[in-house]
Amino acid sequence: MDTLVENRAEIWEGFRLTLWMLLVSGILATVLGTVLASFRVSPVGSLRAIGTSYVNVFRNTPLVIILVLSAAFWPTVGLNSIGVLGYSTFVTFAVLGLSVYTAAFVCEAVRSGINSVATGQAEAARSVGMTFTQSLRLVILPQALRAVIPPLTSIYIALAKNTSVAAIVGVPEAAYVMRRLSNKFTSDVYAIFLGIALGYVIIVLVLSGLLQLAERRLAVAR
Amino acid sequence: MRFMRTKAALGATALGLSLAACGSDSNSADVEVAEDVSFDAGTTMADLSDAGTMRIGVKVDQPGIGFQEPGEDTPTGFDIEIGRIIAGGLGIDDDGSIEWVETVSDNREPFLEQDKVDIVVASYSITDERRQIVGQAGPYYVTGQQLLVREDDKESITGPEDLEGKNVCSVTGSTSLERMVDEYGSKPVPFATYSECVDQLTNESVDAVTTDGAILLGYAAEEPDELEVVGEAFSEERYGVGYSKDDTEFCQYITDTIQAAMDDGTWAEAFEATLGESGVDTPEPPEMDPCE
Amino acid sequence: MSAVLFDVPGPQAQRRARIGAAVAAVLATVLVGLVLWKLAAEGEFESELWEDLRQPNIARAIGQGLTSTLSAAASAIVLSVAFGAVLAVARLSDHRVFRIPAVIVIEFFRAVPLLLLIMFVFFGFSNLFSDYWSLVLALMLYNGSVLAEVFRAGVNAVPRGQSEAAYAIGMRKSQVMGSVLLPQAVTIMLPAIISQCVVVLKDTALGVIIAYGDLVFQANLIAESVNHTIVPLALAALIFIVINYSLSRLATWLERRFAERGRGGAGGTGTADLQLDPVRGGAGD
Repeated sequence: MDTLVENRAEIWEGFRLTLWMLLVSGILATVLGTVLASFRVSPVGSLRAIGTSYVNVFRNTPLVIILVLSAAFWPTVGLNSIGVLGYSTFVTFAVLGLSVYTAAFVCEAVRSGINSVATGQAEAARSVGMTFTQSLRLVILPQALRAVIPPLTSIYIALAKNTSVAAIVGVPEAAYVMRRLSNKFTSDVYAIFLGIALGYVIIVLVLSGLLQLAERRLAVAR
Repeated sequence: MRFMRTKAALGATALGLSLAACGSDSNSADVEVAEDVSFDAGTTMADLSDAGTMRIGVKVDQPGIGFQEPGEDTPTGFDIEIGRIIAGGLGIDDDGSIEWVETVSDNREPFLEQDKVDIVVASYSITDERRQIVGQAGPYYVTGQQLLVREDDKESITGPEDLEGKNVCSVTGSTSLERMVDEYGSKPVPFATYSECVDQLTNESVDAVTTDGAILLGYAAEEPDELEVVGEAFSEERYGVGYSKDDTEFCQYITDTIQAAMDDGTWAEAFEATLGESGVDTPEPPEMDPCE
Repeated sequence: MSAVLFDVPGPQAQRRARIGAAVAAVLATVLVGLVLWKLAAEGEFESELWEDLRQPNIARAIGQGLTSTLSAAASAIVLSVAFGAVLAVARLSDHRVFRIPAVIVIEFFRAVPLLLLIMFVFFGFSNLFSDYWSLVLALMLYNGSVLAEVFRAGVNAVPRGQSEAAYAIGMRKSQVMGSVLLPQAVTIMLPAIISQCVVVLKDTALGVIIAYGDLVFQANLIAESVNHTIVPLALAALIFIVINYSLSRLATWLERRFAERGRGGAGGTGTADLQLDPVRGGAGD
């Protein structure tokens, strides 16, 4: 217990990285995922093909491979010092990898959300003359949002846990801190593990809480 | 209890001379396999020699020390050479009679305790704590934490003090990384393998890679013009041969065999064929501890 | 429903769609082409690499890695199903002494990152568990908890009438569970279980943190030995994609088949292949 208190600065530093990666990857993945979802339901065949291949590639590959490739790929095409806001370039590599991976899941969640909106809504939108983009933006997506929040909650929780994998591609976040502290204080391994695990449990609980709140606020009566 | 060193020593000397003549260009030294050795009954040496096989725990992911090319049958490296020297003295040749068992840092003691291997030669630093659990003969090589940097930086980075606030890479959870953060204020960059660290070093995303100098030499050997090991060792790691605790006779045999190899040049040959490929000078063999 | 979002295109719209399709296809190809060209310029595809990769020991290494991955995944899946079943029964119990600990266990292991679990099991018990068993146990704890929720949802999805009829003819709760609900629940849950297999397969890759020799670990070793990272890892990724995609298709096909047969109430929602968690409805990752 004391070990945790004494090293709280370091533990907090680790979780700061975790939270930052969660925030940035979450936003990027949501944006990219929604765009991909619109590809998958669009009338343009090649866009649909792009969306489907993207999802099939990135959903079925282990995150470890994607992160290791990310850390190897960007420097090869010339981007080897892309640190942002004081965070190291490795954080950027990890965030890009995490976003690209999570976007595939966001895409599928959004798509299933779109599909869950009653067809009548789309038909009504079309019959008053709205275009594809208008129907999507003004009628379908707002309603889809409600159906989409539970799967998105799960995806963001998974993302929060997946940030721990960045510990093997150069980001000294919470999981790395756990490994470091349990090396230094070998007699306290259990307390250290429970402490760091508790940190993640708190993050997960807060995330679920926030998203449930959002769901209630955005609830569209059907 | 002594074993019959005379024949082994003579054989090794003869081989040493002939090696000087032909010059090995493979990854291993020519190790003399003793013939007609006999040991006192009941000793580990007698058991192994009679069986004609032995199991040696080694690393398989550290170039120059213990590295296995993917899919290859046997690993290569300095540790492997030491293992072959020890086996050779028992009359066991590396022709399939030696089983090389892959070990990672955390299972070296358990493997010895559970008799899964006969000896461990796996960048196994001698520590008092470990000597409570297993026996460690040696050291057969002394190294310490050092730094691997790009060729261009070898003037500006000469020691760990020069890395304050800089990115230093090592394996997730390694004590070398922790030392750099705690004592020299570097920024840690943990990766899963040393080779990824070396990639990031070449990419200029990190400024140095740190771990035991022996391991770094292996990587420097692969890119002698781009990478350089700099600075004095700033910790001390004494690599020893692990064996089951309290087997004093075995310890004596191991120590004597390695001492013989140090005296007749086989040790140096082994170094040159493996770690020495980086161009570094062959060091003096270390003083070995007596067996207790 | 995607089909309703736009009218049957007239000739002008068709032309526009075709132009749009062509433009999109060209842009995508150009982007991918640029990336490949830059990689080639950096020597990621040089002929020496292909020479090295064609060596038989590379194929053998990949084979070993694949076997290790599949072996760990298989053990983990079997144990997860068993562990998950036990947890689910406890979770569904009427007795609080079973239910509350079950809830705590399930929620805890679903909130903790798998990487942490693997590290803790391996390093925290003085090397009691080998790398293989640490990985399998950690996978069991996590996936068992996820599957427990899947089983619970499955049992709850069996039509009420089944359990009501069973109680009506005098069966006790354990008999209702064992003879009536669970067998029917299993067919409902099969697609979700297969989906979870995909997750397990991907998660075995985390074994690299404890140096377990799975496919990703071998790919790293190969990358180290041929001095190129991108191609060997992409190769490993390809193998995973093929296996996981096939499994997902199997899950979807099973789901459709059960839906046609009219089994249970949860079939045919088309969510089996999304790796979505039927309870929370999200990525069970």
